[in-house]
Amino acid sequence: MAHDTTHAYESNSKRIWTVFIILSVITLVEVILGIIKPEFLTDTYFISLKLINWIFILLTIWKAYYITWAFMHMEGETKGLRRSVVWTAGFLIVYLLFILLTEGDYVYEVMQRGQVAWDF
Amino acid sequence: MEATVTRTGTEGKTWGGGNEPLKVSYGKMMMWFFILSDALTFSGFLAAYGFARYKFSDSWPIADEVFNHFPFLHGVDAPMYYVALMTFILIFSSVTMVLAVDAGHQMKKAKVSFYMLLTIIGGIVFLGSQAWEWKNFIQGTYGAIETRGGNVLQVIDNEGHRVALDEFVVAAPTLRVQQTRSNALWFTDEPTLPRFTMEDVLVGFAANPNLHIRTQELTETGEKVILTRQASLAKLEKEGIGIIEGANLKKNEYGNPLFGDFFFFITGFHGFHVLTGVLINIIIFFNVLIGTYERRGHYEMVEKVGLYWHFVDLVWVFVFTFFYLV
Repeated sequence: MAHDTTHAYESNSKRIWTVFIILSVITLVEVILGIIKPEFLTDTYFISLKLINWIFILLTIWKAYYITWAFMHMEGETKGLRRSVVWTAGFLIVYLLFILLTEGDYVYEVMQRGQVAWDF
Repeated sequence: MEATVTRTGTEGKTWGGGNEPLKVSYGKMMMWFFILSDALTFSGFLAAYGFARYKFSDSWPIADEVFNHFPFLHGVDAPMYYVALMTFILIFSSVTMVLAVDAGHQMKKAKVSFYMLLTIIGGIVFLGSQAWEWKNFIQGTYGAIETRGGNVLQVIDNEGHRVALDEFVVAAPTLRVQQTRSNALWFTDEPTLPRFTMEDVLVGFAANPNLHIRTQELTETGEKVILTRQASLAKLEKEGIGIIEGANLKKNEYGNPLFGDFFFFITGFHGFHVLTGVLINIIIFFNVLIGTYERRGHYEMVEKVGLYWHFVDLVWVFVFTFFYLV
């Protein structure tokens, strides 16, 4: 950002290290949960997905938020740029996931009920 | 000159041109839109992985059992430690990258080059770790038996521990010779012969009464189905056609072939991004050293390559979740 360097730029390093610590802690929590796999979380289902997987996915999106906003400096960009990148990706990915996972589940059902033996 | 300038009467107005509504340079905006399209590509891959997983949701391999190696800890079951380490390496190289960008804003050439160097080293270490991970995956640990239907059967003992083929199978002497171009009739070769034939496996399995077969099906609680001794013997006899050791694009000892395919394709495509990222970082690093950006008056180029590098980290965060955790 050439136009930003005209005024004195104060260092961001404190925020960078804070974000690093947050990212590390989230990763650690993920790894620990992945190793312990608490029964309560693996046996409870929420919208046909295990609770533990929801937690993993939410923590991942949280990490993605920090990487994009702090490291890629999305927080400093204009609303227009931010939305044209984040919303475009967001809506398309949600749609893609919805359609592919629904269809995958449907194919699974068909293979269970079909007349063809898959294990012989 | 004055006379040739066409005046439209809209100068300074909204539609008069010269606006920068997004307030970023052309290069940075295009880097963002490249990242957007690349993000959608990776989403396509991961969504396809999700499709395959839902389709085979009752027989998908368990990642913790596949990726359980750690350097110098042979035979120790260490699920996820290694990928967690790889994740930390990549996140840390992201931190050094953003520190380089930060130093660039303050026009501190020495600091920029130092942090760029650390970033490059982090990237190379990550690539090396990736290679080691691939080596383990391709080589395999236990080996498995392939069935006529294209499924795999794994061998366990009474306590439920995995047993490698080497531990109970002895190769019987055979007259079968590997066919190469030099000894074959029509100069055709064949894939490497498996180390054990199905007969060797059957003999070895029958001789060890404590062995059981584990199929790739999952129970309600997400564990692999274990057959009784009789059922194991019957299954091997009826359906086994040969052994599989390690993994390639056609089959793997872990279970569904698609699991191996997606592993190679997604982590490979990501690894390719890391490789190009490291190469671009090296180019920019040398540009910093020879003072290109010092003369230019700003370090925006470091910022742009930084965006790409953070994106590579961002993708890894998702690959880590969907391949190793979920």
